[in-house]
Amino acid sequence: MLNQLTIIQALKGLQEKKFSSQELVKDCLKNIDRVDKKIGAFITVSRSKSLEKAKKVDNLIKTNPSIFKEKPLLGIPMALKDIYSTKGIKTTAGSKVLADYIPPYDATVVKRLKKAGAIIIGKTNLDAWAHGSSGENSDFFPTHNPWNLKKVPGGSSSGSAAALSSSQCLMSMGTDTGGSIRQPASFCNLVGLKPTYGRVSRYGIISMASSLDSIGHFTKTVADSAFVLQITAGQDSLDATTPNVTVPNYSNKLTKPNKELKIGLPKEYFSEGVDSQMRKTVEIAAGLLEAQGHEIINVSLKTTKYACPAYYIIQPAELSSNLARFDGIRYGNSRSFFGDEAKRRIMLGTYTLSSGYYEAYYLKAMKLRSLIISDFKKVFKEVDLLLAPVSPFPPFNLGEKVNDPLKMYLSDVLTISVNLAGLPAMSLPCGFTNDNLPIGMQFIALQFKEEVLFNVGHQYQQLTDWHKKRPNI
Amino acid sequence: MKKSNKKILSEKQVLHIAKLANLELTSKEVLKFQSQLSEILNYIKVLKRVETNNIKPTSQVTGLKNVFREDKIISSLTQKYALENSKKKTKDYFKVKAIF
Repeated sequence: MLNQLTIIQALKGLQEKKFSSQELVKDCLKNIDRVDKKIGAFITVSRSKSLEKAKKVDNLIKTNPSIFKEKPLLGIPMALKDIYSTKGIKTTAGSKVLADYIPPYDATVVKRLKKAGAIIIGKTNLDAWAHGSSGENSDFFPTHNPWNLKKVPGGSSSGSAAALSSSQCLMSMGTDTGGSIRQPASFCNLVGLKPTYGRVSRYGIISMASSLDSIGHFTKTVADSAFVLQITAGQDSLDATTPNVTVPNYSNKLTKPNKELKIGLPKEYFSEGVDSQMRKTVEIAAGLLEAQGHEIINVSLKTTKYACPAYYIIQPAELSSNLARFDGIRYGNSRSFFGDEAKRRIMLGTYTLSSGYYEAYYLKAMKLRSLIISDFKKVFKEVDLLLAPVSPFPPFNLGEKVNDPLKMYLSDVLTISVNLAGLPAMSLPCGFTNDNLPIGMQFIALQFKEEVLFNVGHQYQQLTDWHKKRPNI
Repeated sequence: MKKSNKKILSEKQVLHIAKLANLELTSKEVLKFQSQLSEILNYIKVLKRVETNNIKPTSQVTGLKNVFREDKIISSLTQKYALENSKKKTKDYFKVKAIF
């Protein structure tokens, strides 16, 4: 089953002509046919287009064996969260407002991935407009967790996580505004990267909260994650928030011997409110890293408790403004097609930005944001990176929280500080609950220090095999 | 989480916000959103307790300011593509309701 391979394994196989890109794509499509009725990861499957592309790829490899230098992802079937604009492929954002919208252009990241030779196999389900933590806010259908179909896969990048976890593709792209990559990665036993704010261009990805949105990906290994960021990262003239910061060679730095790092465990992330199985599992991982010579230090991020309320002011405020453009005139349907969660957040943001309330809410939250940033800065004087659980609890049942928005919002409590501070963070598998549900942990680093995440994450994956476990489906 | 019974928003306010946001709500939705939004706003209130008088707000986290580009025309969507997804067109224009 070629669809089970990591990106790096598949590239090696393609280069050595052990199999063709067509065979690789066909195995993924076969698996989609077999499992996706149960899982609901894809909104659109690009069956014929992906096969056509694979045929072209195979010809390219035949005529030019060194083509992989130019096209590092050549022939790799990938899935895109359906919030990435794709020229000629329907892009819904999981919302009925855009149920029939076909973008006339590609997002910058899509352009880069295509140029690198990757094949778009389909567009994945999500909480409409990326509003949610379970995938249940999709206006079309909920996605099920491949590890247990009664459970949510996490969200908002629900379909991207579920698709890769059940080997329907070899990599998938998501967005992380408050944890929407890291949390589903932890629920589906994957590596989920949220890069530094601005490291990857947001151009062409339907905006949620512009000062928080971060463009990242799901992979099966840390090595794959580093490989993909190499392609997606970098300045883009079409996104003014991508700074001119050099993109290092992440893969080269991956295997460089680790210096001994100082790893901080922020006590607020291990509090009573966090499920004891989650806490203990991450502590065991910390112990393993300590045994490798890294120093584990207990630290405190006192502003953690303000992150959630600040986030639920800033994020709805920004998205209420971003979603104002959907008027049904130039594209899509009218505003009456917005689902409940979108309406809720648009109204919340409209209220907190409205005259007389702006200072009490939005301005206050932006000041809290400064406090959260300086809290991180202080801690990063003592440590090189932070280690913490991703979610306060394991994957929950479909339907469990969907009627209580506030309860759902609180499930982001361990992921959103990172977005408010614009830091890079990576979620990776570190164990299972007694019910055989995946548990993830996250490393958090200073801005533009993704290589530190990859380095220690890769080291951890050399010592453990949690990331190699796949759901039985 | 303790649920507060006191509603921060009145029905009238919910309708006003919906109008500002260009959303139409049914009377059932007004009641539902009134209680849900009030609950969320009640939770957010905890921030009032934090002293922030001397703190500067942050809107851009990587420190970029005033990013400019050269004032040069670059290629953009053609009229054909820009109109492609519109449901109401007349000739080569978007068709909208009259505003008087």
